[in-house]
Amino acid sequence: MLRLALALICLALPLKAEEVVLGLSSDKVRITATFEGSDILVFGAVKRQTPIPQEPLDVVVAISGPSKPLTVRRKERKLGIWVNTDAVEIDRAPSFYAVATTGPLDEVLTSVEDLRHKISIPRAIRSVGAPGNVEDAQNFTDALIRIRKANNAYQMLEGAVALDEQTLFRTAIELPANLTEGDYRTRILLTRQGRVISEFETVIDVRKVGLERWLFTLSREQPMLYGLMSLAIAIAAGWGASAAFRVLRRN
Amino acid sequence: MQIYLPIAEVSVNAFLILGLGGLVGILSGMFGVGGGFLMTPLLFFIGIPPAVAVATEANQIVASSFSGVLAHLRRKTVDLRMGTVLLIGGLIGAALGVVVFNYLKALGQVDLLVKLCYVVFLGVIGGMMFLESLRAIRNTRTGKPPKRKKHNWVQGLPFKMRFRTSGLYISVIPPILVGVAVGILAAIMGVGGGFIMVPAMIYILGMPTKVVVGTSLFQIIFVTAFTTMLHATTNYTVDVALAVLLLVGGVVGAQIGTQIGTRMKAEQLRILLALMVLAVCLKLALDLLIQPAELYSIGTAAGH
Repeated sequence: MLRLALALICLALPLKAEEVVLGLSSDKVRITATFEGSDILVFGAVKRQTPIPQEPLDVVVAISGPSKPLTVRRKERKLGIWVNTDAVEIDRAPSFYAVATTGPLDEVLTSVEDLRHKISIPRAIRSVGAPGNVEDAQNFTDALIRIRKANNAYQMLEGAVALDEQTLFRTAIELPANLTEGDYRTRILLTRQGRVISEFETVIDVRKVGLERWLFTLSREQPMLYGLMSLAIAIAAGWGASAAFRVLRRN
Repeated sequence: MQIYLPIAEVSVNAFLILGLGGLVGILSGMFGVGGGFLMTPLLFFIGIPPAVAVATEANQIVASSFSGVLAHLRRKTVDLRMGTVLLIGGLIGAALGVVVFNYLKALGQVDLLVKLCYVVFLGVIGGMMFLESLRAIRNTRTGKPPKRKKHNWVQGLPFKMRFRTSGLYISVIPPILVGVAVGILAAIMGVGGGFIMVPAMIYILGMPTKVVVGTSLFQIIFVTAFTTMLHATTNYTVDVALAVLLLVGGVVGAQIGTQIGTRMKAEQLRILLALMVLAVCLKLALDLLIQPAELYSIGTAAGH
């Protein structure tokens, strides 16, 4: 009995020794008509029962937007013009992904732990297989990351997490204006010598609200009505312009 | 001021869109075209997804042509009968066009087709118009009266019908075919097709120029309204927020454009329009011919 209890404590100890207490500047992002992007401040403290171990602590923060399957296409010159030829289907790619760490990712996280927790950008994308005619599927995934990094949808923020006294950490992650709605999964990992010692997860809720919400819902649920409304607006504007024109000319 | 577009899911500068709408509105008021052939490439350029740009542009053209047709109705320069015949062809064409558009979207070739259509049509029409207006300017200088061809192959076809406003007694087949062709283009390219319809009505159908613009606008309203509905119900790609911004700019611009247009000669206007059309054509052609900086592009998965 005593041996069993000891074994249990030994198993539980490395998990419970250090825990994350998290704060977020906001756990909701509201996309209004004038949405210009948003800064999310992720901060927290490490709660521990034991003295601080010798090895330095590292913190990894990863925010990932809703995943969708997509197709990456490549252009090739055919008959003198550039056309899309090869295509690779990516099974899941987050619409937004940001990783912030206290140091270089390969020092903070071993590749085995990266594989298990899917932290680095290439790991966050899942591509099962390319069609037989495409041999260099990796190039397509690389291109996806390159394009999304260029418009700030994927961010690799090495060294962006500030850690004080191995206890208090904080980082700011910028959500761009071109944001899709959904649940943004936010993970905080505590690591020592590349190994994950504690993991914490929460969700930032990104939603269209007000007019944006209403228009989007209408366009999906009542497409006929939405189409008619668009036409009514167009006809009214056309008539209004014509009427205003006549008044202006008469004066 | 940034505006988040609910359907396109991108954030754009409202003043930029208003400005674009205004600029294209000025040109549309000056030359009597819908301006879709200019607006759609501009929307691509500022990062609106092509499918949304094409569908939303159709909605905007409904507004500008409705506004134009009201003015023409007051001047009695709309051939309603001819318009209806063109319309029947146009609706068939628009339905075919949306089917083609969706098929190509699944193949990933929709961008290519839209661009090729643009290059070919802008090139041909811009070139023809440029030569024609150059000849007209030279003729007015030398004082030669303009020639008008009276009879062509169109006169020999069956199912003849009388079009009183146009003063024509011709077969219904050519107007229906013209309608189908313009309808397909309207659906695929997100344009009203005025820049194709107008020359076709003058040169193929032999309609008098003064009723051409009004009649063309009349049928464009219905074709683009139909296209808007099809895109809204099958692709969910009509962005009403974007459409409203474009409309407001376009309506104001069209008024300024009409004022400028009345102070210029017809040949000068036509040659300016031809040069503009050719410039857009050249830009798009270069995009196809020069190696792009990024060879890869991201699209939605097939079947979505």
